Amino acid sequence: MMANNGAPLLEAREVSKYFGHVIALEGVSMKVHAGEVMCLLGDNGAGKSTFIKTFSGVHQPDRGVLLVDGEEVRFNSPRDAIDRGIATVYQDLAMIPLMGISRNFFIGREPTRGAGPFKRFDVAKADRITREELHKIGIDLRDTAQPVSTLSGGERQSVAIARAVYFGAKILILDEPTSALGVKQAAIVLRYIARTREQGIGVIFISHNVHHAYAIGDRFTVLNHGRSMGTFEKGDISMQELEKMMAGGKELDQLSAELEGSLSAKSEAQANEPDS
Amino acid sequence: MAQTATADERVRRVGAFRKWLTRPELAAVAGSVLVFVFFAIVAGDSGFLTLGGAASYLEVSAQLGIVAVPVSLLMIAGEFDLSVGSMVGAAGMLVAIGIVEYGWPLWLAIVAALVLAMLVGLFNGYVVTRTRLPSFIVTLGMLFALRGLTIGFTRLLTGRTEIGGLTGATRGSPLPPIFAGTIKGFPVSIIWWLVLAVIGTWVLQRTVFGNWTFGVGGDPNAARNVGVPVNRVKITLFVCTALSAALLAVIQVLDAGSADVLRGQLLELQAIAAAVIGGVLLTGGYGSVVGALFGALIFGMVEQGIFFTGINTDWFQVFVGVMLLIAVLFNNYIRRRASEAR
Ligand SMILES: Nc1ncnc2c1ncn2[C@@H]1O[C@H](COP(=O)(O)OP(=O)(O)OP(=O)(O)O)[C@@H](O)[C@H]1O
Ligand SMILES: [Mg+2]
Repeated sequence: MMANNGAPLLEAREVSKYFGHVIALEGVSMKVHAGEVMCLLGDNGAGKSTFIKTFSGVHQPDRGVLLVDGEEVRFNSPRDAIDRGIATVYQDLAMIPLMGISRNFFIGREPTRGAGPFKRFDVAKADRITREELHKIGIDLRDTAQPVSTLSGGERQSVAIARAVYFGAKILILDEPTSALGVKQAAIVLRYIARTREQGIGVIFISHNVHHAYAIGDRFTVLNHGRSMGTFEKGDISMQELEKMMAGGKELDQLSAELEGSLSAKSEAQANEPDS
Repeated sequence: MAQTATADERVRRVGAFRKWLTRPELAAVAGSVLVFVFFAIVAGDSGFLTLGGAASYLEVSAQLGIVAVPVSLLMIAGEFDLSVGSMVGAAGMLVAIGIVEYGWPLWLAIVAALVLAMLVGLFNGYVVTRTRLPSFIVTLGMLFALRGLTIGFTRLLTGRTEIGGLTGATRGSPLPPIFAGTIKGFPVSIIWWLVLAVIGTWVLQRTVFGNWTFGVGGDPNAARNVGVPVNRVKITLFVCTALSAALLAVIQVLDAGSADVLRGQLLELQAIAAAVIGGVLLTGGYGSVVGALFGALIFGMVEQGIFFTGINTDWFQVFVGVMLLIAVLFNNYIRRRASEAR
């Protein structure tokens, strides 16, 4: 599956990031190759978003280095990262709900026709490409001018991904693309990510849903309190083991015991209060 | 069940008619027809349906519409300009004082008014984008300050608040017919209005700048993240609203042959009302210039229509208020349908 024997598309070596006295990341390393889905797993606050924001140019690492195609880079702004082919789809998607789909698809990078004062937005071309690109991912639009808000959550995620791919992303970073979605909608997005991988794009997929991650991932890096718990090939680890590691070992067992305890306590309390 | 229904729905083609029913300007177009029919019935035999009647309401509409076109663009970009009315007063006075008191040629006075407007627009735009204060507040400040400066300077320089005698002073210049002439009884301001509306529509619907305008109003952060120069778009539009006010001032001054420090009062609110009747969303990101054109047309027809009915024109504002409320309710309904239509 990993066709590329040479340098990885993107590599992070011993990256640390501090916010004042908060250690958001400490010595985290990761590699992404062309045509693979690298999953970044971890609980809330584990540092996943902070980590990928160093790739997308939002944060600069305090320690450690980033390499693109084996070459050391420093991103001072999101623009720098985009110029190196790193596209990030954040949770909020950067889509404008009341605007038409094709207008959204091309905003900031509109195709134009004509010259001088008659230079204009090539609406026909934008509509055609949007229709084609969305058709590829199984969304058949009746009207490319319909507002983005008329799409479902999964479709919107897919459109945001399609846009990144269309504009030449080599590395696609998806920050929790499925966490707000139901089962069917998540399946749409996961299927589309698989197709993106087939085009030779390196995908970093962030999730705290092990089921989604295990379905799509080739390799998994687990973060816990800003530290890497290691990177695992899909064949070397089971879903249960991943889940345990994310939750930090025994915590889930402890939680279920706790919950049982509090539930029985509650029912006892209710039993003692007849008029409530 | 639901799943197959949506799948079918998605490939079904929608008729042009249904698509039209979700356009932002629908209420304004329908409202214009209703208002026209209403006054045609009520005031048809007292002159509303004559060419002269049409010229009179179109002139009122044109004067408002010239400003309402850029104001609607600015509102789509998510900002207000409450200073356009004061700008009309200031620019008109500058033209009149320049010509009458200082003997400037007309062209110079017009250029001076446009330059003043550009500076005011730049100021509004810079303050709004730099300080991130709401434009409502910034331009409200400009509304008072500019009006005060106009009154203060006019009285200081001339001792009066109204300046006449421009007709004589500009006689022989080729410029007045361009701004205040008539063609077959119709004032040329109507042409200015229509031309500006066509340009505004073209810019909004067919240029990159127009796409940015929607984006900036819809979600400034999202627009900025994809590389749209948000501040530049806003500042440009503030300059356009101020320039349109100066154009209107030139038209009014040359038409009346005089300028008054109080010119343009309430224009800012009428322009916003015209834009809102025309389907522009008060919070930005949605609307059309064609809607604002019809919004201004409704204003003109109501104002002159009431005059033709012989009812006291004091009642004009009641009519406008009710119209505004109905139109906004209707627009809300349409927009909800458009953004939920699946
Ligand atoms: N800009 C910031 N300033 C200060 N602290 C921050 C900042 N950004 C993140 N942090 C802290 O860094 C830690 C990691 O946050 P991060 O958002 O990366 O977590 P996450 O793994 O993405 O969690 P989630 O699953 O909730 O999205 C948290 O403790 C957070 O409070
Ligand atoms: Mg996060």
